[in-house]
Amino acid sequence: MTGAGTVAAGVVGTPVVNITIFAFFVIATLVIAVSAAGQNKTTTDYYAGGRAFTGPQNGIAIGGDYLSAASFLGIAGIIALDGYDGFLYSIGFLVGWLLVLLLVAGPLRNTGRYTTADVLDLRLKAVPVRAAAAVSTLTVSLFYLLAQMAGAGGLVSLLLGVRSSQGQDLTVAVVGLLMIFYVLVGGMKGTTWVQIVKAVLLLAGAAVTTIWVLARAGFSLSALLRHAAAASPAGSAVLGPGLLYGVNTASKFNFISLSLALVLGTAGLPHVLMRLYTVPDAREARRSVVWTIWMVGLFYLFTLVLGFGAMWLVGGAQIEAAPGKANSAVPLLAFQLGGTLLLGIVAAVAFATILAVVAGLTITASASFAHDVYAGVLRHGEADPGQEVRVARITAVVIGAVAVAGGIYAKEIDVAFLVALAFAVAASANLPSILYSLFWPRFTARGALWSIYGGLISSVGLIIFSPVVSGQARAAPGAIPSLITDPHINFAFFPLDNPGIVSIPLAFFLGWLGSVTDLHPADPARFAKMQVRALTGIGAERSDRG
Amino acid sequence: MSVTQSGRGNVSGYEVVHASREFRTLRRHLGSFAGPAIALFLGWYFLYVIVAAFAPGFMRIRVEGEVNVGLCFGVLQFVSTFVITIVYRRWAQQRFDPQSERLRQRLDARRKP
Repeated sequence: MTGAGTVAAGVVGTPVVNITIFAFFVIATLVIAVSAAGQNKTTTDYYAGGRAFTGPQNGIAIGGDYLSAASFLGIAGIIALDGYDGFLYSIGFLVGWLLVLLLVAGPLRNTGRYTTADVLDLRLKAVPVRAAAAVSTLTVSLFYLLAQMAGAGGLVSLLLGVRSSQGQDLTVAVVGLLMIFYVLVGGMKGTTWVQIVKAVLLLAGAAVTTIWVLARAGFSLSALLRHAAAASPAGSAVLGPGLLYGVNTASKFNFISLSLALVLGTAGLPHVLMRLYTVPDAREARRSVVWTIWMVGLFYLFTLVLGFGAMWLVGGAQIEAAPGKANSAVPLLAFQLGGTLLLGIVAAVAFATILAVVAGLTITASASFAHDVYAGVLRHGEADPGQEVRVARITAVVIGAVAVAGGIYAKEIDVAFLVALAFAVAASANLPSILYSLFWPRFTARGALWSIYGGLISSVGLIIFSPVVSGQARAAPGAIPSLITDPHINFAFFPLDNPGIVSIPLAFFLGWLGSVTDLHPADPARFAKMQVRALTGIGAERSDRG
Repeated sequence: MSVTQSGRGNVSGYEVVHASREFRTLRRHLGSFAGPAIALFLGWYFLYVIVAAFAPGFMRIRVEGEVNVGLCFGVLQFVSTFVITIVYRRWAQQRFDPQSERLRQRLDARRKP
């Protein structure tokens, strides 16, 4: 157990070994992306991998897209520091999938081509709605990207011993470059294979570490919990809810707001929904989601053990002292268990996770810009497909640059927390209009615009005026410090970190209000077409294989 | 592809299907499965959330060793998610897909000259 000594110096393990394992993973995934890429000339190739993936393949890839660093590092880290309350994240992240399975997967596959804006366009045929859907897709993707990049900075600095600020910034920039490369060369097909490989490695890595932790506790969950509680300064309080979200009434409502965002956010995440278009039909889309649910559920059961394992074997003080703080709990646990080698493997898996998710987000954001904004709005739906793919590639580079800049700024923040904000924006800005357009006959373009912009502005606005951004320079115990660390700047008036409890109902309400007060009532023919297509799959986009 | 690109004339065709008895039955079947399933899992989830937020003492009651009600309640959320997934998959394969498939084939046949 040389852990304490090396961590104090800021590095865990041997940087040379870590760098070697990292380099191996990076090269392996690059080879996969390049060899799987194919031609990528048509938009269907570039955005949807030719729609030729099977349900199980796509299900695993969705799992790889969804189980981000926030899940692997973030949730386990929250459990390691604050106990049970981290588990609340896992449950919301999993249960939300039922909404995707029951309402969204099949109908969305049947009625769209590449993006959720396609679905709204089929129903409402309005250019401003397409533009609005693209704006919200881009916003959610950027929020999510920021979270992943922040995680990448902390992780790599922990492993490579990069302590200087410039060094960490450089690492974030390298992650950005790699992801741009995956997306440019691999398109959706290459990105998907990177996600599949990563998902399998992630599940295997988490399984091995989980079994290892359980073995140390004599395969007794009760013993693991007892050791963890004994190692924590909070004692047995860590085994029940409340350390993070039970401090006062505001934090309890904050928790309810977070739970609402988690359970409704998944069905509005553009990078997850876009993956539904990579399979031949609605049945395969549903099969994908079934596979994803099994994978995600299993994985979150592992993180529970990993979190309490880190609390016991690493200890909160050491995690807090490490670069990346909560995000470093799992790598430190791996080092404690299996030394340099296991640390290197787990960290490389985490790094691959970040790369794969970031690539998935980038391709979604670039598709949204090229397909919806460029081809749909600027070229009125008459863009040359080759030109559209070129625009998508340029967008990917721009988004990469923006993500690098944001990641450098946000590198100290817990990733699970940032991702939860992205979920709140997704549930507010995307979900109401998707559900209304599929299932509500009276939904109109005006309702869609009110709902999308209302949800987007209220969720992002409330985050800006919340303690997340200002007013909490020195965090209370259990709370997360603000982005603005100057204690004199405080423009927070919204007491909750997560805006979901206000912005989600508001977006649903605005969608209803905008529609019923619309002077141009909904076109029953469009709704008929939408529903018949959504439920029977007639006229749905086919796979390249025909 | 032929249906999507065939212009205005077919829109009324969709309306005819939309109003047909078979389609309404299909939609009712979906609604009578998905509606209660969603109400069930959302209700069960928010029950858990509210108990966790406002009755932490209940969650701390020990069940066996250090394993408490909170942990069991949380794991049961996983179990319910898996169960709903399995039941839905079976229902969709046995009930929904055949109906949906029949309707699509009839539509396809009608549209191809």
